[in-house]
Amino acid sequence: MDNIKRQPSGVATVPGNDTTPATPKNLLSTRRRPSKGWAWPRLRELWEFRELLYFFAWRDIKVRYKQTVMGGLWAIIQPFFTMVIFSLFFGRLANVPSDGLPYPIFSYAALVPWTFFSNSVTQASNSLVINANMIKKIYFPRLALPIATVFAGVIDFALAFIVLLGMMLFYGLVPTINILWLPFFLLLALITSLGVSLWLSAMNVQFRDVRYTVPFLMQAWLFLTPVAYPSSMLSEPWRTLYGLNPMAGVVEGFRWALLGSETTPGPMTILSSVVALTLLVSGAFYFRRMEQSFADVL
Amino acid sequence: MSNIAIEVVGLGKKFHIGGLQKSYYRLTDQLADMLVAPFRRAGNLMRGRAAGAADLDETIWALKDVSFQINSGEVVGIIGRNGAGKSTLLKIMSGISDPTEGYADIYGRVGSLLEVGTGFHPELTGRENIYLNGAILGMKKAEIERKLDEIVAFAEIDKFLDTPVKHYSSGMYVRLAFSVAAHLEPEILLVDEVLAVGDMAFQRKCLGKMDDVAQEGRTVLFVSHNMGLLQILCKRGIFLQQGAVFTDGTITEAVDAYLQTLEQVKSQDLSKRTDRKGKGQVRLIGVEMVDGSNDSSLILKTGNPARFVFKVNAFVPGLACNFFIYDTIGQPVTSFTSKVRGPGDAYDPKNGLKFVCELDELLLLPGRYRIDVAIIGDNLLQDFIEAAAVFEVGEGHVGGRPVQPDGKFSVSMAHRWTLPAKN
Repeated sequence: MDNIKRQPSGVATVPGNDTTPATPKNLLSTRRRPSKGWAWPRLRELWEFRELLYFFAWRDIKVRYKQTVMGGLWAIIQPFFTMVIFSLFFGRLANVPSDGLPYPIFSYAALVPWTFFSNSVTQASNSLVINANMIKKIYFPRLALPIATVFAGVIDFALAFIVLLGMMLFYGLVPTINILWLPFFLLLALITSLGVSLWLSAMNVQFRDVRYTVPFLMQAWLFLTPVAYPSSMLSEPWRTLYGLNPMAGVVEGFRWALLGSETTPGPMTILSSVVALTLLVSGAFYFRRMEQSFADVL
Repeated sequence: MSNIAIEVVGLGKKFHIGGLQKSYYRLTDQLADMLVAPFRRAGNLMRGRAAGAADLDETIWALKDVSFQINSGEVVGIIGRNGAGKSTLLKIMSGISDPTEGYADIYGRVGSLLEVGTGFHPELTGRENIYLNGAILGMKKAEIERKLDEIVAFAEIDKFLDTPVKHYSSGMYVRLAFSVAAHLEPEILLVDEVLAVGDMAFQRKCLGKMDDVAQEGRTVLFVSHNMGLLQILCKRGIFLQQGAVFTDGTITEAVDAYLQTLEQVKSQDLSKRTDRKGKGQVRLIGVEMVDGSNDSSLILKTGNPARFVFKVNAFVPGLACNFFIYDTIGQPVTSFTSKVRGPGDAYDPKNGLKFVCELDELLLLPGRYRIDVAIIGDNLLQDFIEAAAVFEVGEGHVGGRPVQPDGKFSVSMAHRWTLPAKN
């Protein structure tokens, strides 16, 4: 599938020999040949299959809470109770500062994008292995699986976000004009999740160790991200360097856009964006390099 | 003048297989190895060896130097024993896995049906699965919507359309899955042994659908072990043997070549067979089936004369041969015995230690059959071998009437009708 192209309509047939089959004109021609080294991700093909992306995401959403008592409530329970626990231990007992905001909403505003990231990555990293049978029997763009899983997580994000709006109402916090920036930070969260998911899902095919590493990685990453504490605890230039963790930029951005905290986007946000984009692009190339062996290795 | 649909040039595919598997005898060894293995693998990685191949040093060529060209509108049967590379070839052509060398050029949209029902989700309803599966196979939503009624009608699941497929019977499941795939409209259709599922009536329907696809001038590549089926559906046959093209010709040529190699294997095996019963003074050492109308052909045909030859290695008084024919699903079809004499029976000293059983007209329907042989001598069972041979019956005529394969029945009889007519 390396070079999908339309045959130019003027392809010459072999002259003087009518029994020689002609190369067909105006047909999609595809060459299957050994993949070597690095190649461009198959984005055009992914676009052709965009409906599949939608169906995979739709399947994930439909099936996710089947046969659970709580159903979609799980999307809220998870970040909400983490917030309760954080508020008790970090807010009350340890007296962690919260940029002058009530600790519960300070941590919850960060937990909403964090939970999206953490759940998306955890599920997407297994998406190829879970669908091994399909990969071995049907051809479709493999990228569709991790990407659709991440997209499906947006629904859970929306549910948890509604609770966040309720909490803002409860604490009497009125969003400022900053809220216009929210889509940007959501996009940043999406890009980060996609980038990490592409890397981990492709690695998981070869090294099943990934499956056992991801929960641990997410736990460590949570504490490396200013979810339970503010990044203002750090002084410059350390605070800017903190942006190497793209989720730091996301979380602080969310707080700023919604709660008007003092974390105005700055060098940290820019660094986070650069890192997130790098993760996504490198992830796409790594995925492309590995995907030709998926069907053989799975 | 026709167009090329598929051009395969020097295609090869190498696989790594686990060659260095150790056998564990103690749990402690196993535990120790679990602890050491990561370091060994890490070492291998650092020395620049592929991680997956760290423990897998043996490789095997599933396909080697395969080249052929298929024109659009051709229906080609791919034949070969298990492991001959048939599925690997289809996987490469459909883009599922990459070749190791060579290339395959495909002109047109490819639809592959390598396994029925992959991609179905048990929790989703029939309708939802039609959409999901259609999309996975490469159909557009609008296309699926347009064909929904047709798909549902073909699968005969109208009443259960909105029931989760986990509640479906296996038959319904298979019908729906095939129906979705059958309504793909690719220029090139790759099919791998999928008709071996479902009940007979539905298989027949699927066959009809496949035939329609071929009639519409689309290219079909069809892998199957069912020679009868291939001979109906295909004109051309490619016989793969150990990853290489052994025969590429008409379907009859390919099937003949395949069955010949198959029979060679069978007759070789006979002397090594230890799963025998009987006293053993006389042993069966070879079975041969020959089309009586053409001595060189090892393929029997419905309605043609047939000759069955059984070679034994010794003579004892009262030597007799019984053989029993079974169909593919093990149903007994008919039996023969040399003990009960007929007027045409004879002794021929020139024949040596051979039983020759001649039939003027083979009344078996096209398909695959197996023979169990019992040799009697000295009033005792001397030798009994189950599945001493397997043979294939090709399509032919009985009493001048063409005979088609039938999944259910095994015997045809010459007959004649008198039909009603308007006065």
